[in-house]
Amino acid sequence: MSAPARSRPDTAGSIPSSDTRVLHFRDVAKTFPDGTVALEGVDLDIRRGEFVTVVGPSGCGKSTLLRIASDLSPATSGDVQVDAQRIGYVFQDATLLPWRSVLKNVQLLGELHGMGRSSLNQATRDAIDLVGLTGHEKKLPRELSGGMRMRASLARSLTLDPDLFLFDEPFGALDEITRERLNDELLSMFRTKRFGALFITHSVSEAVYMSTRVLVMSGRPGHIVGSFDVPFGTDRTPELRFTPEFAALAGEVSHALREGHS
Amino acid sequence: MSAPSRVRPSSIEGNTVTATEQGVEPTVQAEGELIAAGTAPLVRRRRRGSRLLNIAAPLAVFGVLIGAWYAITYLVLEPGRRFLMPPPQEVITEGFLDEQAMEKIGDALWNTIEVTFTGLAFAIVIGMAWAVAMSQAKVAERSLFPYAVALQCIPILALVPLIGFWFGYDFPARVIVCVLIALFPIVSNTLFGLQSVDRGQHELFDLHGAGRLTRLMKLQFPAAMPAIFAGFRISAGLSVVGAIVGDVFFRQGEPGLGIVLDNFRSRIQGPELFATIIVAALLGFATFLVFGWLGKLAVGRWYDTSRDGA
Repeated sequence: MSAPARSRPDTAGSIPSSDTRVLHFRDVAKTFPDGTVALEGVDLDIRRGEFVTVVGPSGCGKSTLLRIASDLSPATSGDVQVDAQRIGYVFQDATLLPWRSVLKNVQLLGELHGMGRSSLNQATRDAIDLVGLTGHEKKLPRELSGGMRMRASLARSLTLDPDLFLFDEPFGALDEITRERLNDELLSMFRTKRFGALFITHSVSEAVYMSTRVLVMSGRPGHIVGSFDVPFGTDRTPELRFTPEFAALAGEVSHALREGHS
Repeated sequence: MSAPSRVRPSSIEGNTVTATEQGVEPTVQAEGELIAAGTAPLVRRRRRGSRLLNIAAPLAVFGVLIGAWYAITYLVLEPGRRFLMPPPQEVITEGFLDEQAMEKIGDALWNTIEVTFTGLAFAIVIGMAWAVAMSQAKVAERSLFPYAVALQCIPILALVPLIGFWFGYDFPARVIVCVLIALFPIVSNTLFGLQSVDRGQHELFDLHGAGRLTRLMKLQFPAAMPAIFAGFRISAGLSVVGAIVGDVFFRQGEPGLGIVLDNFRSRIQGPELFATIIVAALLGFATFLVFGWLGKLAVGRWYDTSRDGA
């Protein structure tokens, strides 16, 4: 087995232009110490301005993709290139620190990265504003609803202005109404910021609604069995979900999921 | 001991749970939530009811205890042996209202307080440093934790004569006894707290390249605060015990409550002895309350202390 190659940008000053590649996987595999093969032969490229969603059954290794991309857990073999200055990672759980107020939680990553006071304050204000939590800055996580906690978690990553955003089923625990609202808000953030996104979900509808490209994964070992370009442009409204085109594409994705699963 | 009587809703729907267990102090925050819950009238009525109960019930027990005391003094003990358990009014008149006795007890109390808090301060510093060292490397935990347990298992009383032998019988030796007795809960609670951090939160810090110190200061310590304060509260009480035990054994140097206790005992001064015991008990109780209150001040806003169950 060949040692995995991983490269990071070493030039700190260059700002990626809008269609720069931010993530590149070539023949990536991951085997856990207990011998379980989680991923095999995964090829994946994400550019800025692309919103790539991975759908697949539970336990097919979707989250492992994110853990490899963020270097939380390195690939066993294959080529991984991350050309992002800063990576945003939104977990399934909001992972807010319960003793910090919303404001302090949103500031956390900037503190960890040694961001200057004034630019951090500005970034924090902007991010809180963008997720619609203005007025709730002083609240503690326990005083927030699940949706508001997730907004705070999004805002926290936004302060870094990431070029690559990784989402690990961020809205999976929310009710459908909140989830669809957050889908729209995340889309509008995506329109303004044009980051590259890798979004994990097991909802076909969410995948088609959010993405510029949907990848279908199958488990044991996890590999990509289908790729669908989503032709709906960037201005999407909730009504899109009820158009025949949307239903047709969602149908195709669902079909690929079932095929891959059998 | 009367527990503070507040009721907090276990959920926003207004189900109420009374937090009357000993030492359980629900956060003040809860009162704001109560009103927001929309079932305020019902909740309030229950709250008032349970407040009354919380005062009345311990008072009733107190009454029974005093009654039993009188019964033993006057019904069980022959008049010649009443010094073994003098009646409460004598404890007050000959103990608390006796100037000479109170002066002795007061001076002793002050000495004991000094020993208690010096010992506790050392225990806190040493215990937390010990726990931090163990939290930083598995090998440190493996090699150091058995000794923390040993500290807890060795009867400190057995070491007290040795401590006197080595360090003399004055202030430093008494402080050492205190530290030995108060150390373990601080070590184990701090370690438990530092290790109780959620894995997702650790990964968040991993992702953003946080070093050990940053992780310790911004993540582990704040997360450990509830456990740390629970440890302080236990150790504060133990430290009073340590101060008095050291005193009783050494019987030398500036008299603390332990020496005074022993003197009253040997002179068969029952009422004074009882008064001293009550003062010692109040000191223990007061330190416990102070640390409970400090803990609530430090973490009560975000941590629901009623989850401790202690």
